[in-house]
Amino acid sequence: MGPLKKIIYNCKRATFLIEKKLIDRLTIREKMELRIHLFGCSVCRVFDKQSALINQMVQQLFKSTKDSGAHLDDIFKQELQHRIEDELNKN
Amino acid sequence: MLATSLLNPHKWVDNHADYLYAYAISRISDDEQARDLVQEVFLAALEKADKFEGKSSERTWLTAILKNKIIDIYRKRSSGLNNTVKAAEKEQEDFFYEDGHWREEHYPREMGIEDNDPLHNKEFNQVLQRCMKKLPELWLAVFTMKHMEDESTESICTELKVSSANFWVIIHRTKLNLRACLQKTWI
Repeated sequence: MGPLKKIIYNCKRATFLIEKKLIDRLTIREKMELRIHLFGCSVCRVFDKQSALINQMVQQLFKSTKDSGAHLDDIFKQELQHRIEDELNKN
Repeated sequence: MLATSLLNPHKWVDNHADYLYAYAISRISDDEQARDLVQEVFLAALEKADKFEGKSSERTWLTAILKNKIIDIYRKRSSGLNNTVKAAEKEQEDFFYEDGHWREEHYPREMGIEDNDPLHNKEFNQVLQRCMKKLPELWLAVFTMKHMEDESTESICTELKVSSANFWVIIHRTKLNLRACLQKTWI
């Protein structure tokens, strides 16, 4: 297989480059490789779009901590504050 | 002696407990452990209260302590799992043929979420969380650390004792699996 054909066929490599692009930086050569591959591969274009979206969603998940509504029950909180006061009184 | 002018431990539970709990639970998905963590954070904070210089807010400082404790948990959960990276990989279906081409049954397909604001789609978010829980511990730890606080690749590798080559294998496989799980569950 010639080098160009290798790029065109290798979806495994292309999806790896997509991941690298998302959290790091591609070299000029890698950028070109990916562009050539995506130009001819609609399946990887779908992957490309979805992968970026998944990252955004995951980040959103962690950022939405504040309005997640998760909270502790009052009894646990009272005990917790008692523990803290005990520690404070030790000193 | 406490720098009481800067910190107010009498109000810590009221002011920060729920926030810290929500922060922890979104990252470790274990209620019991998340509660323990909140307590540990307050006690650890009391111990080093004299080191607090007021350069950040009380909450930021407490959250930083919590974050370190969460990383400890990731490390513990995934320690000794390095050897099983290979095994876990084998367990996963192979997505590609030897020449690197997608196997037809694994073709990524449009999920109908690409264009209509999935960020606010609650159901899809729940599916995402379920799929994340299915990942091997080490993968989830790497993935979460990367996306949680945008931790640098070097520090993730050091903290979790993963080689840089393995880091990239994990990042790649994690996304392939996560995406496949979403597609399978959502469509």
